Amino acid sequence: MLRVSLVKRRGEFTLSAAFNAPTPGVIALFGRSGSGKTTLVDMLAGLLAPDEGELQLAGTVLTDTRAHIAVAPERRRIGYVFQDARLFPHLTVEGNLRYGEKRAKHAPQYIRFDEVTGLLGLGTLLRRRPHELSGGERQRVALGRALLSQPQLLLLDEPLASIDVARREEVLPYLEALRDWLSVPMVYVSHQFEEVLRLATYIVLLEAGVVLAAGPVEEVSLSPQLRRVVSPDMVGSVLTGIVTAVDGSGAAELALGSGKLQVSLGDAPVGARVRVQLLARDIILATQPIQGLSVRNALLGTVTEISPDEPAAVLVKVDVGGPIVLARITENARAALRLRPGDAVWALVKAVSTRGHAFRLFGTPPRRG
Amino acid sequence: MTLILSSAELDALRLSLEVATRSVAFSLPLAVLAAWILTRARFPGRALFDAFVHLPLVLPPVAVGYVLLLLFGTRGPIGGWLRARFGIQLPFTTAGAALATAVMTFPLMVRAIRLSLENVDRGLEAAARTLGAGALDRFLTVTLPLMLPGILAGAVTAFAAGLGEFGAVITFAANIPGVTRTLPLALYTAMQSPEGEQLALRLAILSFLLGLGGLLGAELLVRRVRRRLGR
Repeated sequence: MLRVSLVKRRGEFTLSAAFNAPTPGVIALFGRSGSGKTTLVDMLAGLLAPDEGELQLAGTVLTDTRAHIAVAPERRRIGYVFQDARLFPHLTVEGNLRYGEKRAKHAPQYIRFDEVTGLLGLGTLLRRRPHELSGGERQRVALGRALLSQPQLLLLDEPLASIDVARREEVLPYLEALRDWLSVPMVYVSHQFEEVLRLATYIVLLEAGVVLAAGPVEEVSLSPQLRRVVSPDMVGSVLTGIVTAVDGSGAAELALGSGKLQVSLGDAPVGARVRVQLLARDIILATQPIQGLSVRNALLGTVTEISPDEPAAVLVKVDVGGPIVLARITENARAALRLRPGDAVWALVKAVSTRGHAFRLFGTPPRRG
Repeated sequence: MTLILSSAELDALRLSLEVATRSVAFSLPLAVLAAWILTRARFPGRALFDAFVHLPLVLPPVAVGYVLLLLFGTRGPIGGWLRARFGIQLPFTTAGAALATAVMTFPLMVRAIRLSLENVDRGLEAAARTLGAGALDRFLTVTLPLMLPGILAGAVTAFAAGLGEFGAVITFAANIPGVTRTLPLALYTAMQSPEGEQLALRLAILSFLLGLGGLLGAELLVRRVRRRLGR
């Protein structure tokens, strides 16, 4: 568990963040630029002293301003991957990787040098110098360097921000692998909702120095507060299901609540866990079963809540047998269907609309002895 | 005019090199410390300390030599103690010439080192911290290597300047052949004697070549180190 309750004032700006997040897992600090994300991470690392507050990781007090406890960064065993990588220019890639490793001799070792280089694909880069690396390679080295210091928590401050969008795939799958294979607790700072959806297990929503919402991804995806940070087109519920069938053409069938959902997803075998975001704008609601449509998915559920959304539109929450689907329809459509909480509806989802919004979650393998 | 150096000329050259080397070896660690204090430490009297470090740049070298005599002379507060405790005598010795040279070239060295320290990315030190490096560890493994171009530049410049230090050396260590008569002192002595014109010219050319070589060498060295750091 990561217990955070920290206050920092900087001129006009005040960051006041409090949340308890489960570990292991990926805790996303999500918010716009200037919402206080980096300030908060710097306090977690101990590089910035809070004005007041407490910080606990796995039962250990790292900061407690009232008890005058402030564990030095070099003794926290918290790895930090900076936005700009910050590799040591006078050392080779191997020198950089070994830097943290050498200083973690007395810490419990959970990952070895060759595991890191293998996992992050660094084997061929070891003799290079930082200025000879691409942005993605640099971030992978920074990640490896932090991992080899055997941290009990890994902080990642927008590690993809300085990399071209097209090159982010050089790093993202490695982060997924860390989450799923190593179960290193991570705090992932981002202002990109797509990254958060793909990586996070827990979201802390920050805005102007205040925590608007904190909870598991599925829960926060339904939070009306999310609308204050992401654009209307990004709103949609996040659901997790198990693959029950694949057809070889890139379509997979998920068991979801009491129904089934066809999603567009490359390579997930039967039994794999998959997270999918169903964008509210892509959902069609019907009060009767519909025939003769190309839509692949019709989930039967019950309207639980209708809330005003953007002008002339409403957000409808539909419980489809446990999971909740969010649908955005116009106020006129709601009036014409006379939708009210408690009504039975079919939520129609085009399988194609899930392309790029469905991610495989790897299970955690048994811990190595 | 022969290209082969006479034994007096060789003595002067050897002494100049020895004095400059010893002066750099002695003052380099102190210059790094002074640069660190001036860049990173915040304390009352910092401006005064800064001025004090740079004083030899603006004082007449003879005055510096005279102050050294007062302090390090056999009856001076430091000189007396050194003599009683360790049997060390500095005035009129090669070591004394090196001390006078070190004091005179100190500001040059501090300036170059300070500049390079100001350019060290504090973010890299923070990164080293999160990787478990304590203060001294960080300084030795991150800050110091990144300052290397400046340290080298400072050391070589101070060395080249030290080859030619005159006023402070002659005041504090006198002009003793084979002991403290370095190149500039030999040049001065030659100019004072009626038949010394040719010797003076030869020594002047030698000083010129040494200085030029030193400065060029410094530039090349710094470039090489910078390339290794990827800048």
